[in-house]
Amino acid sequence: MHANVHVISDATGQAHFKALHDPFWVRWSLVGVAVGFIVLFLCVPLGLVLYQAFSKGWQAYWTALAQPDAIAAMQLTLVVALITVPLNTVFGIAAAWAITRFEFWGKSLLTTLIDLPFSVSPVISGLIFVLMFGAQGWFGHWFSAHDLKIIFAVPGIVLATLFITFPFVARELIPLMQEMGSEEEEAALSLGASGWQTFFKVTLPNIKWALLYGVLLCNARAMGEFGAVSVVSGHIRGVTNTLPLHVEVSYNDYDVIGAFSSASILASLAIVTLVLKSFLEWKQART
Amino acid sequence: MTQSNIMPGFRPALAYTLFYLGLVVLIPLSTLVFKSLQLGWGEYLDIITNNRVVSSFRVSFGTSLIAALVAGVFGFVIAWVLVRYPFPGKRFLDALIDLPFALPTAVAGVILATIFQPSGMLGKWLMSSLGVQVAYKPLGIVVALIFIGIPFVVRTVEPVLQEFDTTMEEAASSLGATRLQVFAQVIFPNIFPALLTGVSLAFARGVGEYGSVIFIAGNLPYVSEIVPLLIITKLEQYQYAGATAIALTMLLVSFLLLLFVNLLQLWARRRSGQI
Repeated sequence: MHANVHVISDATGQAHFKALHDPFWVRWSLVGVAVGFIVLFLCVPLGLVLYQAFSKGWQAYWTALAQPDAIAAMQLTLVVALITVPLNTVFGIAAAWAITRFEFWGKSLLTTLIDLPFSVSPVISGLIFVLMFGAQGWFGHWFSAHDLKIIFAVPGIVLATLFITFPFVARELIPLMQEMGSEEEEAALSLGASGWQTFFKVTLPNIKWALLYGVLLCNARAMGEFGAVSVVSGHIRGVTNTLPLHVEVSYNDYDVIGAFSSASILASLAIVTLVLKSFLEWKQART
Repeated sequence: MTQSNIMPGFRPALAYTLFYLGLVVLIPLSTLVFKSLQLGWGEYLDIITNNRVVSSFRVSFGTSLIAALVAGVFGFVIAWVLVRYPFPGKRFLDALIDLPFALPTAVAGVILATIFQPSGMLGKWLMSSLGVQVAYKPLGIVVALIFIGIPFVVRTVEPVLQEFDTTMEEAASSLGATRLQVFAQVIFPNIFPALLTGVSLAFARGVGEYGSVIFIAGNLPYVSEIVPLLIITKLEQYQYAGATAIALTMLLVSFLLLLFVNLLQLWARRRSGQI
């Protein structure tokens, strides 16, 4: 009887070991599939940008980037990001403060509405501003009577980008501040700190990594947005072309070096974003 | 409610949130609804049932569905490998998964078109060895949408796999299950809601995607013309009514998808709560 039990436990011990681990061949063929897919779909494209950009040498690369249209596109992209990212950051902080520190009616509806731009196609995000401010739009007459251009001009690009990047900061902050709770802030307040002191000395240090994370993603999207901006920009070279639009225009003109030199700048931006993102995730995991 | 007695800034924070939300998101989006209300039912149905419009919806939904399913298979394998197996270079590959999120879509589009065009690196090989042309065909749209969809699947499945309670595997195997049975009857059913959520997110994103698709699609009406491109074409021809009607239809479909995803997540949470 005793021996019998022993045998059974031994047998199950064996099965236990086998059924918990994938066979060697399964393990390595799955790793092979995954790595192969990532290399083919993600590494090769990145390498190709550089290969194409430098296919005629350094000189051609720098000449393409120094073109007035390319420089204007870079400047416009920077200006758009410099306007939209701070605005959406301030909004994200205000929204997270209101939603996570107070109870009020309609709160979950508000949270859903903040995420709304994520589920709208980029092209539709551009279209709505054309419907509003275009020649036939709601405010079109008023603006054209006052000689203000919104559509096919920089303000339209800024508005469309604001819409597209609207949720990024808020959606990083809301879950974090919800989880943190407000005990530390309440302690500061009850010790006599003012509202702003509490925010800058207690809240901000606690949320800084998540805040930077949101700002990083917001900025990457603001600089890289294509569909929405394409609808409202009008593609006027040197005036309303952002860097992604410059890539498109150059590519359609068979200007390979022009397209891929600008694309290489945007790809570097993406890589810097990914590196910083990993760093911020590591930082946040430690706090 | 008690905390609102001491925490400051409720009124200004909420007021600013509502004001900014209205100004940047709600008022612009409402133009789409009001513009559509100006159309009669007859006019709306005429636009939507037009052959070219129906074809573009078929192209967009068809390619997005195939791409989401393919991304589902590969995304699941990648998530599984990244969570379960140690191997060199894993952290690097894991960080690279988010590339399609970070890379501007126009750049992705230009690159994929260059790789898969008949004279391109992979395009030439696929043409000569398999006789398949990818670029400028609906297949090209599928390839672009797989690229866009993969991080949605990996990033939804990965955390669920990580938190998966391995004691359930141990229990099943100690009761005599084989590895395949453990996977098919214990692991997979628990991961399935997350996988379905990831696939739905990839599908929803694919339907609205524009930048990465138009360079590789060929954009032939009735064959490889996607809905977002048709909206832009209508706009360029000053057919505002047409663009609005198509856009509204697409927006309603996205909201239905969003609702579906939310229900899925509710289901997933109930499931994991029960077990």
